[in-house]
Amino acid sequence: MAIAREAEPVGSLSEVREAGLDREDLLGIYRNMLITRGIEERGHILYKQGKIPGSFYTGRGNEASSVGVATAMGADDVGTPLHRDMGVHVTRGVEPWRIFAQYMGKADGPTKGKDGNVHMADSNLGLLAMVSHLPAMLPVAVGCALAFRIREERRVAVGWFGEGASARGDAHEAMNLAGVRRLPVVFICDNNQWAYSTPTHLEYACETLADRAQAYGFEGVVVDGTDVLAVYREVKRAIEKARDGGGPTLIESMTLRMEGHAVHDDAFYVPKELFEEWARRDPIERYRSWLRDNADLSDSEEDEIAAGVKRLLADAIQRADESSLPDPSTLGDGVYATPEELDTPHHK
Amino acid sequence: MPEKTYLQAISDGLRQEMRRDKRVFVIGEDVGVYGGAFKVTLGFQEEFGPWRVIDSPLSETAIVGGCTGAAIMGMRPVAEMQFADFISCAWDQLVTVSAKQRYRAGTPVPIVVRLPSGGGFSGGPFHSQNPESSFAHIPGLKCVCPATPEDAKGLLVSAIEDPNPVLYFEHKHLYRRIKAEVPDERYTTPIGKARIHREGDDVSVITWGAMVYTADEAAQQLENDGVSVEIVDLRTVLPWDKAAVLESARKTSKVLVLHEDTHTGGFGAEIAATIAEEAFEDLDAPIKRVTAPDTPVPFSPPLEKAFIPQVDDVVAGLRDLAEY
Repeated sequence: MAIAREAEPVGSLSEVREAGLDREDLLGIYRNMLITRGIEERGHILYKQGKIPGSFYTGRGNEASSVGVATAMGADDVGTPLHRDMGVHVTRGVEPWRIFAQYMGKADGPTKGKDGNVHMADSNLGLLAMVSHLPAMLPVAVGCALAFRIREERRVAVGWFGEGASARGDAHEAMNLAGVRRLPVVFICDNNQWAYSTPTHLEYACETLADRAQAYGFEGVVVDGTDVLAVYREVKRAIEKARDGGGPTLIESMTLRMEGHAVHDDAFYVPKELFEEWARRDPIERYRSWLRDNADLSDSEEDEIAAGVKRLLADAIQRADESSLPDPSTLGDGVYATPEELDTPHHK
Repeated sequence: MPEKTYLQAISDGLRQEMRRDKRVFVIGEDVGVYGGAFKVTLGFQEEFGPWRVIDSPLSETAIVGGCTGAAIMGMRPVAEMQFADFISCAWDQLVTVSAKQRYRAGTPVPIVVRLPSGGGFSGGPFHSQNPESSFAHIPGLKCVCPATPEDAKGLLVSAIEDPNPVLYFEHKHLYRRIKAEVPDERYTTPIGKARIHREGDDVSVITWGAMVYTADEAAQQLENDGVSVEIVDLRTVLPWDKAAVLESARKTSKVLVLHEDTHTGGFGAEIAATIAEEAFEDLDAPIKRVTAPDTPVPFSPPLEKAFIPQVDDVVAGLRDLAEY
């Protein structure tokens, strides 16, 4: 018997309005989901063409979750999105051309070629760059929340991890400290059922990971990660609760990783029927039909949005392609920060 | 100028910075009500309150990771590891996140981690280590190891001011044994600058932390034999003051590198290699290393005494060099 609350799907437009979204917001969410998938689809092609070095990861199937969470965040809130959370960067306003530049190892990428793939973030947009050691960014997110609590600011930190990373000690220490101090942080567990080739039953033995929240003294919620509006509503509630001093929430967002761990991996170990089942619940298709049924999304609007995204991404790839590779002489730059770098609004 | 113990100097420096800068806060195990295992933060919680002197759960990973997040949000966290040995639990946060964040993501991480280190009181394998060499190998970190009360305060202030993650190794054996004049006013001791602890002409000792005092006793013995020993107190091992070390090596032409950490891959090896690369022609003898042996730190007093370099070991090494 699960302990965590299972979130209801979102139904009507009026319910959505209550959650604070107008029609323009709804179309913006749709657009961000298309951009998110578009960046990764085109990135995959560029990777196959040899234009992207290293490895390539996608978050196909996680678009509703990543965009839904980021839409619920306030402008001054911060987060530590991971490699399936492209939608967070898109929603927070990172320009797609800079993401392609990052993929290509160009000097104009957010990390200036110092790090690759989704290991990036624009700190001006309240995002902190992930590391490969998952979930090492959870304690960092808790530290952001600690700063907000010390300064008594009404800001919230969002920390992401996957069901695989739930097995590591960082997750426990982060959630325990957050629970003990009732810090303004929301934990998002992207449960996409496979950690590389390892299925959930080899990662954890409880019924849901959200159940663990009770052990840390806060609420756990399981949400359908293919339902962007349900994700938004649950995260919004959790964020506002944290903002009002109500402490952390753990939200487990259920999806299926629709591709391999990275694109070299054909995911042969995932049953074909499972892919077929979750393909029928594709988050973008699901949301598109909801918009048509509930928000009068018309053919022409749909075409206009799709064409706009297509143009945006084509221009982005071109601009990234034209951007230069980093000069080898910059290799040693920035290992250490200078005192002037602390002369920022955050640090004054 | 008032005399203060090494411990009082750390405590005063920290309190002064907390009074001066609201962004500075302390987090660690038992740092609040109890005042820290060694009482460095005694009375701090009464003065600054429970949200600036934070008793954390037993969670080194969350302490250091939390400091990183808070620092990126504009705070100036000072974490206390109850013993330097426990930093192993936070290795990943320091090495994977804090040390690399500036380079790859452009975000400075101004944190200080205080590390009560060193042996000499039967602390055994887990309460006596000197892990500075491990971290001196990590680009993006800074490591400071003050030996005197004056430097203990000055380097702590510098560490808090520094825009990078700084590991502050405070030697437990010096806490209450070493007392000296410490200015009351605020001052900084530059990170990366060595200090000539004792001037001499015949042999140089390059060392830091508690070994400065071991070297000093040895130097006094050699003085009676007519051998003049120079002692360079490195004060910080990352970055380290190559220029000062090379200058001393060129002056005396004979160098002994002394540290309390174990031998193989210890920071002394880096110093010896650098002198060999850059001042080989100036040397009149092979560089000698006096260090702990390659074992864990043992518990029982005779074993521990055999482990930690003693004055006699340094005297023997210096005599070898003097006679070479």
